[in-house]
Amino acid sequence: MNTQRQPMFDEMHGADAEIRAVYRDYAGWLANSPLDYLQQKSREAEWLFRRVGITFNVYGEEDGAERLIPFDVIPRILSHGEWQRLAAGAVQRVRALNAFLHDIYHGQEIIQAGIVPATLLTNEMYRPEMQGVDVPGGIYAHIAGIDLVRTGEDQFYVLEDNLRTPSGVSYMLENRKMMMRLFPELFRRYSVAPVEHYPQVLLNNLRAVAPPGVPDPTVVLLTPGAYNSAYFEHAFLAQQMGVDLVEGQDLFIKDNAVFMRTTEGNKRVDVIYRRVDDDFLDPLAFRADSMLGVPGLVSVYRNGGVTLANAIGTGVADDKATYTYVPDMVRFYLGEEPILANVPTYKLADNDDRRYVLEHLEELVVKEVQGSGGYGMLVGPTSSREQVAEFRQRILANPDNYIAQSTLALSACPTLVEQGVAPRHVDLRPFVLSGNTVSLVPGALSRVALREGSLVVNSSQGGGTKDTWVLNEVQPC
Amino acid sequence: MLSRTADHLYWLARYIERAENTARMLDVTHRMSLVPNAAQSEAALWRPPVMIAGDLAAFEGEYGRYNAASVLRYMALDENNPSSIVSNLGRARENARAVRVSMSSEMWENVNALWLELRQRIRQGIGEGALSEFCDWVKSMSHLFRGVTYGTMLRDDGYRFLRLGTFIERADNTARLLDVKYHLLLPSPDDVGGAVDYYEWSALLRSVSAFEAYQKAFHDTIEPWKIAELLVLHSNMPRSLHACFDEITPILEKLCAARGWECLRQAGELHARLHYGRMEDIFQGGLHEFLQDFIAHNNALGAEIQRTFLNAPPH
Repeated sequence: MNTQRQPMFDEMHGADAEIRAVYRDYAGWLANSPLDYLQQKSREAEWLFRRVGITFNVYGEEDGAERLIPFDVIPRILSHGEWQRLAAGAVQRVRALNAFLHDIYHGQEIIQAGIVPATLLTNEMYRPEMQGVDVPGGIYAHIAGIDLVRTGEDQFYVLEDNLRTPSGVSYMLENRKMMMRLFPELFRRYSVAPVEHYPQVLLNNLRAVAPPGVPDPTVVLLTPGAYNSAYFEHAFLAQQMGVDLVEGQDLFIKDNAVFMRTTEGNKRVDVIYRRVDDDFLDPLAFRADSMLGVPGLVSVYRNGGVTLANAIGTGVADDKATYTYVPDMVRFYLGEEPILANVPTYKLADNDDRRYVLEHLEELVVKEVQGSGGYGMLVGPTSSREQVAEFRQRILANPDNYIAQSTLALSACPTLVEQGVAPRHVDLRPFVLSGNTVSLVPGALSRVALREGSLVVNSSQGGGTKDTWVLNEVQPC
Repeated sequence: MLSRTADHLYWLARYIERAENTARMLDVTHRMSLVPNAAQSEAALWRPPVMIAGDLAAFEGEYGRYNAASVLRYMALDENNPSSIVSNLGRARENARAVRVSMSSEMWENVNALWLELRQRIRQGIGEGALSEFCDWVKSMSHLFRGVTYGTMLRDDGYRFLRLGTFIERADNTARLLDVKYHLLLPSPDDVGGAVDYYEWSALLRSVSAFEAYQKAFHDTIEPWKIAELLVLHSNMPRSLHACFDEITPILEKLCAARGWECLRQAGELHARLHYGRMEDIFQGGLHEFLQDFIAHNNALGAEIQRTFLNAPPH
């Protein structure tokens, strides 16, 4: 495997410093836009986000600390062709993952066929409660966030599948709204595919997966509450869909059904888009100390009295150990060749892989299989000798808990930073929705690492976001 | 609608209304303290706002003496005082945040902007010189919130609970203000017929935006008993007890279609007293007694609303 650091691909300028066709018009506009104009727009955006309260809460800081995710006013632009391929690849991947989840909680044919090892079931995200349970439509991951990175003109890699409670879609929608407000002239000039119908697609899908025999299902969004880091998004989506935003205390179980307390008495709930993790959903089934969930919910769910989106136990398919098998799942369940490639990954449980990784720690990225948010990882090339030594010990103590990947030269996109406009690394998270169909709106969340040279785009670690433009095929001249 | 959502909307409105009323009271006290040769000592002048809020013990424990600076700090800016303007607006924003889905986005932005500006103002500090401006600002933000609500919110149960909160709170505040100020300003029994300080009574009227209304209603010099009548019985005076119950009763009639007859009964009983009551009879039994009784019944109604519609049963 080639671990050589490749030159960084620049989304605007391409590999040979020639401005790429998809950016040509925008690059001209940008070159003619004075820096202080962009900075003024940037301040305006910040003021608007603050006023509207588009914030996230930061754990471990003073009570009620609310931060803005930095917003970059320079969009990331994808061509129609690029998007079609990415979208087809993401849909294919989610179809395979849903098939895998159904299989793993039923016949486990993929294990019998020797394609994935039975050890995956020792994964703590595997939920024995779900074994043999039929969920409406066989859909487990109703909302999936597929993290992609780019290293070259045609080289996109899937970095991670997020199948539990992926967040960020509200930023995709709010960033677009902000850009249209700040730069209306650009939208007149460019034909940017719209994303605003996402909440409607989501609502249609959620209604489509109601328990059978419910003609007019009641959908709610379950949030851990106003202090959760993604509370803004929960409120935003509930409002956009026109459904009630509920907390665990608003729900209760009676007669094998879920009800919510309303001012007119109790009302039956059929579909719960839950943004509460498995562990906190039901103190009777999972963590007994949790106050966020609903006692008895899992029992009703298992009996088909309510639909949860995403299903319980989807985590077994999105950890970093399972990730390595997703291309095989595409072949096994769909009989297709994967459209999107994985990042080449070493499994530290494997003897040969482990030997190689321990010899090349300084060149690799090592991740905990269940880590998220950029925590619990080693970025070899930028780590100190002590950090590398410490990770070596951690790997030797528990090799199953880690994977390693080559450090990729993530593409960069022009970004407004203090010094002016400069390239910063970006990734891409499109959101795939499954219900009657598997689909996505033509857009995604682009996250950007604001510090020079940094590859960490997570908002909890100071990353920012940008609007992602998917251009329609025919652009007006 | 969700009981918890209704609860947050109801209390959001109450906290905003309470902040407004506190600002009104502080402002009028402050203005009265500026009149040369005010009959009362500084302490006597600054005690009533604290008394109206029902916080005497807490204030005396923390601040000791009643004077302009300490009462202003306590009533406007002290975050440890649950009835300060800052505390009320902070809680209003917390409630709004919990149910931003159930409001129009203009309403949420209004509350959020109010809170952001409040924090800015606190950082800059509010001295006695800026008090009137600060109180005006609180009042105007409250007006703005009511206006945005009236102009943009879907006329659903959420709207009804929000309005209910406003008027339950306002009735309570007007009754408390009148109760304390009336007896404070009334000349002693030996002195009946003596000169009543026109300025102080007009300041009381101004604190409930009723000065012009008084002139229009009575075309007369300012008399204490007429002021009481205006604030208790006049249905066309927007902050009077009667006007508040003109709003509360029909809202409860709508809400009680589904449940909670007891709320409607209590509200109807109070409303009838205000609608058919006579000022002579009220004075006969004692204005203070009447107001205390009203405050108690209004509180009981609030508790009944809470019990019937808003509380999630224990789980």
